[in-house]
Amino acid sequence: MTSSIEGVDDRVMAVLATHERPPKASPLSATITHLWRGIMAFKHFPAQLIDIILLPAIFLLLFTYLFGGAFAGSPGQYLQFFLPGIAVQSVILMTVYTGTAINTDINKGVFDRFRTLPFWQPAAIAGNLVGDVLRYLIALTMTIGMGLALGFRPGGGVLGVLAAMAVLIVFAFSVSWIFAAIGVVASVPERVSGTSMIVIYPLLFMSNIFVRPETMPSWMQVLVKVNPLSHAATASRTLMHGTAGFWDVMWALITSALITVVFAPLAVRLYRNKNTR
Amino acid sequence: MSSPPTLAIETSGLRKMFGQTKAVDGVDLQVPPGIVYSVLGPNGAGKSTLIRMLATLLRPDGGTASVFGHDVVRDSDAVRRRISVTGQYASVDDALTGLENLVLMGRLQGYTWPQARHRAGELMDAFGLTHAAGRLVSTYSGGMRRRLDIAASIVVSPDLLFLDEPTTGLDPRSRNQVWDIVRALLAGGTTILLTTQYLEEADELADRIAVVDQGKVIAEGTTDELKASVGQVALHVRLRDPGQRDKAEDLLTQELGVPVHLEADPAEMSARVEDNSRVLQGLGALTRASIEPAEFSVTRPSLDEVFLTLTGHKADDQSAGEAGEEHAA
Repeated sequence: MTSSIEGVDDRVMAVLATHERPPKASPLSATITHLWRGIMAFKHFPAQLIDIILLPAIFLLLFTYLFGGAFAGSPGQYLQFFLPGIAVQSVILMTVYTGTAINTDINKGVFDRFRTLPFWQPAAIAGNLVGDVLRYLIALTMTIGMGLALGFRPGGGVLGVLAAMAVLIVFAFSVSWIFAAIGVVASVPERVSGTSMIVIYPLLFMSNIFVRPETMPSWMQVLVKVNPLSHAATASRTLMHGTAGFWDVMWALITSALITVVFAPLAVRLYRNKNTR
Repeated sequence: MSSPPTLAIETSGLRKMFGQTKAVDGVDLQVPPGIVYSVLGPNGAGKSTLIRMLATLLRPDGGTASVFGHDVVRDSDAVRRRISVTGQYASVDDALTGLENLVLMGRLQGYTWPQARHRAGELMDAFGLTHAAGRLVSTYSGGMRRRLDIAASIVVSPDLLFLDEPTTGLDPRSRNQVWDIVRALLAGGTTILLTTQYLEEADELADRIAVVDQGKVIAEGTTDELKASVGQVALHVRLRDPGQRDKAEDLLTQELGVPVHLEADPAEMSARVEDNSRVLQGLGALTRASIEPAEFSVTRPSLDEVFLTLTGHKADDQSAGEAGEEHAA
């Protein structure tokens, strides 16, 4: 602890003596700094790894053995169809964290300090989102690794799997902008996860992740077809099995681009105006 | 002659509504640079709203506000390059260590990684936090957290620091440390806008004070000016023998140097005294003259009394402030 009052004074005087003002941080540098902040926070609380690892594992095991026999004759056969789909769910569930993290920062007043600093403000959100890519990587590696252990055999080989992972990460990054926007608007972090689940679960089930849409009523087939998650699942599935056509992948990428173009500016705009009115 | 120096803060008719509530209702402030300026007021008086507008966190509904000549709305980036905020207006990050928090601040203000780390180390040392540099902020004591908070706001020396209730909840030792830091900042050329609920703290640190209530500035001036409007210490004396009151009145008038008020009770009298030590002299004189007080009390004005005097109503949700010191003999 500090010794004497005099001691505090002298040393504080010394650190205050430097009146230098560094040049404004570049947008890239500010984003990297926020990314670093996310990684440090992650390092201090490795417990969140449990969520990232367990959640995909539980769903993979549960659905494979619950539905496998009924849907595809055997869990092993269902897994060939299901694994590329459940990989979509693994990353999408992780995107919700982006929203809760941003909301927590806002509520705790951390973002208010950021907002009084002269750097490119969207970096605060962008840094968070880039940091979340790490989560997606871990969740995907976990899901696919477990799938391989259970008997998943991707026809597309290593390259096909890596390409699918890349597309899914791009897709998840775009979706995380939606939750970033919800995270800025929501009153408390619990509302973020609550609201997110209402949006996510219908979309997850009304897609081609779990079953082929052919047996569904025609109106639902239409919904499944336009569901962005279906595009992601199709790209994931066809890339992993090495049967991807140009449009199978393009639809997922176009969807990602559209979501980002709409929600990234929205999230940043909401953030900038948050509590200022 | 050269033009007068730019004011650190200047507001004119500044207003902010929340629904039907006028949180800030036409505030005009002029804060010269190089002083500690205190904004006093109870919770809900509009202090926070006022400061959040000055710190570019909240957009005014009307009027103007500028910091070192830069408009807080049109030129917020220029304002942000001159200011820092602490306390409830901006938090440190619980999920990082103390050192990481300072590195983060340094980086976001444009330092390179090595510069930011160097500066963070320097500050941790200056604020006596080196031993806790690698610990998460969530494990810090109140006093440590407050010091880190201030350190985080001076990673780049600000020209204007918004210091929010810097000693609320601190023990006297930590409080004195914070006060010393504030004086050092002032000596280093930083203008400080201090909000507090403690009259004593404003008394200790502030050159000028604005008392805010219901969104308006109801009194403004130096600490002396403000005190003069409220009075300092009230001495009440009740004698065993009412027959001695005239003599006691003479003695006290002489020793206290202020008029003594005779109460309705023939054994009681009171006086408003500027200086505590005179109270003891007065009581000593009574004892030497063998005049025995049955009881006496010394009461210091609380923030409530300041409010009562200035506004004519009690600051209802005001729990802080100086409590009276009662003595009986």
